[in-house]
Amino acid sequence: MRILAIESSAVTASVAILEDDTLVAEYTINHKMTHSQTLLPMIDEIFSMVQLKPDDVDVIAVSKGPGSFTGLRIGAATGKGIALALDKKMVAVPTLAAMAYNLYGDSRYICPVMDARRKHLYSGIYTFDGDRLVTVRDVNLASYEELTEELAGLDGQVVLVGDGVDVAGDVLKEQLGDKCVLAPAHIKTQRAGSVAMLAKQMADNGEYTDADELKPDYLRPSQAEREKAQHEA
Amino acid sequence: MDREDVLILAIESSCDETAAAVVKNGREVLSNVINTQIAIHTEYGGVVPEIASRKHIENINPVIKKALSDAGVTLDDIDAIGVTYGPGLVGALLVGVAEAKAIAFAKNKPLVGVHHIEGHISANYVENKELEPPFVALVVSGGHTHLVKVNDYGEYEIIGRTRDDAAGEAFDKVARAIGLGYPGGPKIDKLAKEGNPDAIEFPRAHVDDAPYDFSFSGIKSAVLNYINSANMQGKEINRADVAASFQKAVVDALVSRAVRLAKECGMDKLAIAGGVASNSALRAAVQEECAKNNIRFYSPSPVLCTDNAAMIGAAAYYEYIKGVRHGYDLNAVPNLKLGERI
Repeated sequence: MRILAIESSAVTASVAILEDDTLVAEYTINHKMTHSQTLLPMIDEIFSMVQLKPDDVDVIAVSKGPGSFTGLRIGAATGKGIALALDKKMVAVPTLAAMAYNLYGDSRYICPVMDARRKHLYSGIYTFDGDRLVTVRDVNLASYEELTEELAGLDGQVVLVGDGVDVAGDVLKEQLGDKCVLAPAHIKTQRAGSVAMLAKQMADNGEYTDADELKPDYLRPSQAEREKAQHEA
Repeated sequence: MDREDVLILAIESSCDETAAAVVKNGREVLSNVINTQIAIHTEYGGVVPEIASRKHIENINPVIKKALSDAGVTLDDIDAIGVTYGPGLVGALLVGVAEAKAIAFAKNKPLVGVHHIEGHISANYVENKELEPPFVALVVSGGHTHLVKVNDYGEYEIIGRTRDDAAGEAFDKVARAIGLGYPGGPKIDKLAKEGNPDAIEFPRAHVDDAPYDFSFSGIKSAVLNYINSANMQGKEINRADVAASFQKAVVDALVSRAVRLAKECGMDKLAIAGGVASNSALRAAVQEECAKNNIRFYSPSPVLCTDNAAMIGAAAYYEYIKGVRHGYDLNAVPNLKLGERI
């Protein structure tokens, strides 16, 4: 099985091709340029580098969120377009669980954090039981303080990964001390290789999403919807 | 199908319509699918960009598939992918642009980015097979008011533009003020039919030293002032008269400049385009003035006045045969200028 994985949930743009048990290509850029300008040229590049055609791929995996609304949509539309054109299956991979895969096999708590602005973070808590990813606490949106308190209550060390480390890592580390480890650069941010690995597991379990119906998991309604709900309440 | 025929799959997502179409040789619409979100945005009194973008990503694949199946073609029959890349709401544009680029990449088809307003103008080519440049185009919509010389296919010269509100925006604001709600254009058009357009004299704004420019905020303010002072005096306003008189002021401003430009530059063709081009009073007034001045009048049918992808396919065709191609790094350009090429 050949999987094209697309990750554009935050600043990182990352694309990968996984061929059974081999990651034949992975291309990651951490730069300001918009995903609209980077993502498809990167995909084009890896296909040509490994001498494959888009049609040689069996599954298109996209990182489904949470994350930047616009970034998620660019990744989703790119995946949906390829899937529509070539009649491919899609897998919608939870972004934070894929980030936990950066620390495959680690039995400590793994807490991927993403900047949700306004001193809030999207986060999840995971760990590995042998080679099995275990969700300790599913994705939520919480303030720095709320997450700090939650992590302090865990019965072991926690590794923070994700772009949230750049904005909130120091704040959390200050409160949590040795209990908290900040991931180093090579495993800190989103990687399409990890998205592909989790996608492969999901595909093996038949967890496909129809390309027509695939949409990002924003975790947060739009501001207009939030204000309308508040107003009506 | 003739081998020489060029089929364009066109995609449009610049505002609150998710649309796809298949167009043959720039003039023949094989399919034209529009998924409108008006009902959703009506609850908010106007288009909410984030909600529009979310609906686009949900709707886009089924809309494209339906456009292909309605046309009885597959992507293999398509020669190029056309897509609106500006102007418009950036988050909304990005969905169509990313999707179009991905399809072009996957099927190895040429990609042609299209200016939304150039699309509106090109809607006239679809139903008026004999229309060819040069001609004058009056583009009027919720976001745009432009008076344009179309010198050739793909060659646009902006002669006049609004200095403040777009004409459609003024319609929306006045509609809200007299309690008609969103979208204002069609509602004012309907109510105005029951009113007297000469009941109230609203000002026709001029822009000093720019005879072809428009200003609609003055007309809008005059209407709001009229309503306020009536309210303060406890007088009941005749909403139909207000709608008809306001509409006439806007239409007069539009028609007088458009016809004057055609006469001054010796063009004998005038086309209208954009959402407000489906306004019945505007159509009637332009038609009448054109007839008086021996100018041929062109307009798209109402379905091609609203945002749609058939018009993008028409514009993309003329770009395509000129050799315009965009790369996989094509980005949305929310404030793309008419005639500008990026």
